[in-house]
Amino acid sequence: MTTLRTFTAAALLASSATFAFAEDSTDPITIPIHNWSSQIVMSHVVGKILEAQGNSVEFVTTDSQAVYESVRLGDVTMELEVWEGAFGASFRAAMEQGGIEDVATHNAVTREDWWYPMWTKEACPGLPDWNALNACAALFATPETGTKGRFLGGPVDWLKHDAEKVEALGLNFQVVNAGSAAAIWAELAAAEKTKTPIVVFNWTPNFAEAVWPGEFVNFPEWVEGCDTDPAVGPIPDKTYDCGNPANGYLKIAAWDGMKDKWPAAYATLQQVNFTNAQIAEMAKFVDIDEMEAEDAAQAWLDANEAVWKPWIE
Amino acid sequence: MADTAVPLAKVERAGFVPGVAYALLAVAVLLAIARPWLPEVLVRVPDWMILPYEGWFQWFFDFLKDDLGLIHVTRAISAVLEWFLDATANLLYGKSRWPNIGPIPWTAIAAVAAVIGYGLGGWRLALLAGGTSVWVSLIGQWDLAMQTLSVIAVAAPAAFMIGLSLGILAWKSSRFEAIMRPTLAVLQTLPFFTYLLPAVIFFKVGPTAGCVATIVYAIPPMVLMTTLGLKKVPPEVVEAGLMSGSTRWQMLRHVYLPAARTEILVGVNQVIMLSLAMVVLTAFIGMPGLGAKLLALMNSLKLGRSFEIGVTIVLIAITLDRLSKAWIVKQPQHFMRGTPWWRRNQLLLVGIGLFIGLIIVAQFVQVADQLTRGQDLSMGSEIDDIIRGALANPTVDAATSWLRQVMITYILIPFRNAVLWLPSLSIILCLAAAGYAVGGRRSALLAGGFFAIVALTGWWDRAMITVYAVFSAVIIAMLIGLPLGILAARNKKWSEPILLVCDTAQTFPSFIYLIPAIMLFGVNDLSVIFAIVIFATVPLMRYTIEGIRNVPAELIEAAEMSGASRSQKLWKVQIPLALPTMAIGFNQAIMFAFFMVIIAAFIGTQDLGQELQKTLAGNQLGKNLVLGMCVALMALSFDHIIMRWSETRRKALGVA
Repeated sequence: MTTLRTFTAAALLASSATFAFAEDSTDPITIPIHNWSSQIVMSHVVGKILEAQGNSVEFVTTDSQAVYESVRLGDVTMELEVWEGAFGASFRAAMEQGGIEDVATHNAVTREDWWYPMWTKEACPGLPDWNALNACAALFATPETGTKGRFLGGPVDWLKHDAEKVEALGLNFQVVNAGSAAAIWAELAAAEKTKTPIVVFNWTPNFAEAVWPGEFVNFPEWVEGCDTDPAVGPIPDKTYDCGNPANGYLKIAAWDGMKDKWPAAYATLQQVNFTNAQIAEMAKFVDIDEMEAEDAAQAWLDANEAVWKPWIE
Repeated sequence: MADTAVPLAKVERAGFVPGVAYALLAVAVLLAIARPWLPEVLVRVPDWMILPYEGWFQWFFDFLKDDLGLIHVTRAISAVLEWFLDATANLLYGKSRWPNIGPIPWTAIAAVAAVIGYGLGGWRLALLAGGTSVWVSLIGQWDLAMQTLSVIAVAAPAAFMIGLSLGILAWKSSRFEAIMRPTLAVLQTLPFFTYLLPAVIFFKVGPTAGCVATIVYAIPPMVLMTTLGLKKVPPEVVEAGLMSGSTRWQMLRHVYLPAARTEILVGVNQVIMLSLAMVVLTAFIGMPGLGAKLLALMNSLKLGRSFEIGVTIVLIAITLDRLSKAWIVKQPQHFMRGTPWWRRNQLLLVGIGLFIGLIIVAQFVQVADQLTRGQDLSMGSEIDDIIRGALANPTVDAATSWLRQVMITYILIPFRNAVLWLPSLSIILCLAAAGYAVGGRRSALLAGGFFAIVALTGWWDRAMITVYAVFSAVIIAMLIGLPLGILAARNKKWSEPILLVCDTAQTFPSFIYLIPAIMLFGVNDLSVIFAIVIFATVPLMRYTIEGIRNVPAELIEAAEMSGASRSQKLWKVQIPLALPTMAIGFNQAIMFAFFMVIIAAFIGTQDLGQELQKTLAGNQLGKNLVLGMCVALMALSFDHIIMRWSETRRKALGVA
């Protein structure tokens, strides 16, 4: 028995030793895809880069919050867009449980919050102050919301705490969740025709900034703990009495087994880094030019060789 | 005729006091009237009475998963499943897994589909099966369709085997059947989101979880049909088997199962159709294929392209449905002794020949192997533009926004507010009253009790928004479906084609119905209701036609002889006698509506469906189950009342 055990231990050691220097595993690397364009295109861009290195890559559509549990378990290998405002909480929770690691941070700075296109400001000149927004709530009323203003939020599974924010700040608004990001753009385009005031959930980097100039609403500044501790923030007995972080990070996360299983791919992933402009461009290919995500990824790669070639050297 | 002579006599039940139902109803109405003066405790269940069921279930799941190590068992199962899925995936669309020989050229698969079609139903089905394959390939969706089919190829046989075994067990042991029946009833009414989350947690995100959810979803009708078929085997057949000295296994294999062939194949048909419907929906948890593409396209509001995908899904549904139905009707073929082997297996040989032949051809002709992007004939973006143009048309736009404004402001919102305003107790008592009226004390307890449980979970308001959407939609569906059904039933020329349309529409995966709703009304309550209306009108029409057409001819003759006019005949004879059947249609409409309203969370709702969809984002199994049970209990409560009424009514009328 003992000899056998020593033998297996030795074999294991040997194999893990070879692993560290050896080539990447032939098993496919699984990249998750969610429901907004830049993430889908970026996933394909990185997927194609890894494929060019000789890896096999597979894509799986998953929920953007539940994905951190899947990364932790190794069911998917990486997550290319960890937005601080949207997924910071899920990401931190997963980090505490272990199995997931923070691989790199994009240069891009992110912000997600209530946002309005410029024509809204003409009707409600006090903007971007949130008190002014609240004072003109009636301008945003729709048949569905009656006398209250409508705030068009993102899909429910993005788990934005807009309803809590409305409650905490006493906003005269009702949150209506669009089923998809595209529904927000459709409503924005419809509002543009008649210059109807509208306030929606939006984020940067995103293609929308180029199409519809606009501004984020200035809520009380984000302070750490404002979402969990009632005492933090301007309203003493409420949580979520603040805006989202105005200079949020955009990170890359990976399963902690990746560096052993696919060392070369992992080294590349550490180099991956996109800026706001690059990410907005990827989204634009799909949202405005109506390309398929895969074609958009190829188009981006063809146009930006100078950006990504250094990552794989 | 003797039975029908006293059709409307009350069926007496032991311990049934007719006044009780009225009394319950009166209390409910009184409570509603007194609502402004009622203390809060009587309006909604107070917070201190709401127990942390979610936490308990969560604890239970965590205990099962981690402490008992169930997750290792389920992960082992998913490893096996994954092996099968990988194999079919490799063969059908060339995923790089064992056996690494795929993908099979599309022409070869199309040829085999056509041969199967010919074998089951002659040239017409050959054309349907082959034609569908060609369409899918030409439109450039072959890979997507194969991704979907590769899962069905594993899920449907698995659901068949499990369902058949459970069905046999339920037939052998009445105790097992007693447990099985309510379990199946709950399974059939649980919203599909409740299948998805446990599947993801226990069976790994992606095709495996989708496959498991699909299997579980498709099992119930297979169990029910198997048990039904086995129970109906005539005693003469059984005796013949016994006399030839069969063992128990031989009895089952060679006597019972062949004799129950028709019912079992009906079960197979249902398994296939439910699998297809579910596979499309599992796109929510990362199943690749047609569903995922449809979801992505609807997400980006590319309606023309989603329309194309919709057509493909519908064609595949019709093909699978017709093929499996032809299989039900087709009797096994028997040959004269001495028929040569190649003659008996003629079609099999033709199929194999074509299959191999086309694989060889595909090595040399690229188009026969697969169509790449650019070779397909997809018109998606053109259709996109046409639809966009049509919707931007001022008349259409004015009509839809007018309808939206009027329906939402004057009908839907007031109705919703009214439902939310009513005290919970009022609604519970109403249901109890209805229960008592149709089935006495037991039904009253069931119908009212189920809703009381919903109230106790603390999700009452959300649940009432679900009920409001279901009922607004079913009422509109009735306004459309019943007159159409009655008109169609009175005219033979109409009833046949309309029944065919209904049957076909029922095979469409429910996801399809969201497309026109989003197209016309965008993102709001009205499009949710619209989607449910189209989905729920189908069974209402279908059962109305069937109910009226199946009124015994003698009764109609009798009415004609007593000089009834056409409308008297309709209102005094046909409709009263058809009501029990129409009630089944009504019940199905409600069940469909409960199913659809949850899917409509994708459009954007504020009901239980939205909360359920949120749970998919986290890992809140406990909350997911509680919400799922709320939907199931409400659906079961209505199901019980309506089915009970229909049954008693049938007995009273003496119609089968």
